[in-house]
Amino acid sequence: MEPPEPNERTSPDREKRRRLFEQEVIRLMDRLYGTALRLTRNPDDAEDVVAEAVERAWTRLDDLRGWEHFEGWLFRVLNNTFISMWRRRRSRQDRETEFDDPDSAASPDERDFSLYRKLHQPFLLWWGTPQDQFLDRLVLDDLQRALDSLPDPFRVVVVLVEVQGYTYDEVAGLLEIPVGTVRSRLSRARALLQKRLWEYGNRPAAARDPRNGGSSTDGERP
Amino acid sequence: MSSDSLTCEEVIRQLFAYLDRELDTQVSAEIDRHLETCRECFSRAEFERRLRQKVRETAREEPPERLQRRIRAMLDRY
Ligand SMILES: [Zn+2]
Repeated sequence: MEPPEPNERTSPDREKRRRLFEQEVIRLMDRLYGTALRLTRNPDDAEDVVAEAVERAWTRLDDLRGWEHFEGWLFRVLNNTFISMWRRRRSRQDRETEFDDPDSAASPDERDFSLYRKLHQPFLLWWGTPQDQFLDRLVLDDLQRALDSLPDPFRVVVVLVEVQGYTYDEVAGLLEIPVGTVRSRLSRARALLQKRLWEYGNRPAAARDPRNGGSSTDGERP
Repeated sequence: MSSDSLTCEEVIRQLFAYLDRELDTQVSAEIDRHLETCRECFSRAEFERRLRQKVRETAREEPPERLQRRIRAMLDRY
């Protein structure tokens, strides 16, 4: 509550804080940007989310309890920055994009889809272990595309749980939704994700759709 | 004694919650035990684990030059 010391800007303490902050932000940059990109699926938005999060983090650095918590704290700021941006946008659109009752919209095939089970269908001729071969062949581009194809509420829970390792309770708190909703979205999201991967995996590489730009294989378009 | 052995179906049904570490320690330990002896469920669990690892890898990407400059300019201001 005390006003800052007049010489605060130049104090060694402040300089040390600044240097640590900078060092950590730079170290985490690839993951901050990558996470923002998966959350927003749009490079411009991802840049804004990262920049805004870094700015917020700097102005709220007093909230940080110890530098050993910086990483988790910064990602929390990043997620919150994304979530407020997402809410702002959504409140302008109609709210039809809510997926709070995912089960109602899903066919049983979509709800229970399991890649592993598909890979073990008896008529598929693999040698060795099909699941390992599938994973060995799975390219990151396909996985990104499959993730990006998920509706926002599904994709967000996957990124929070699978990428960032939050608990269901934490996700419920972040998104302000019931924990049961987290559970059902997550399960629907995983089934959908696996279904997309199965579809991509069964298409010859040449036929893959290069439409959603950004991938490095776009060069061969006529 | 016999109630603590799970069927494969029960294991698969709770597999994601298990991988997410959302189960209480007792159930989780039961699944651990099942996976040690059941090859089929173990291989399924490994598959889901590896897939998740790949999902994690998608969230790491070098930021474009423009963002790096933008962050650098912010940091210099602090
Ligand atoms: Zn089993």
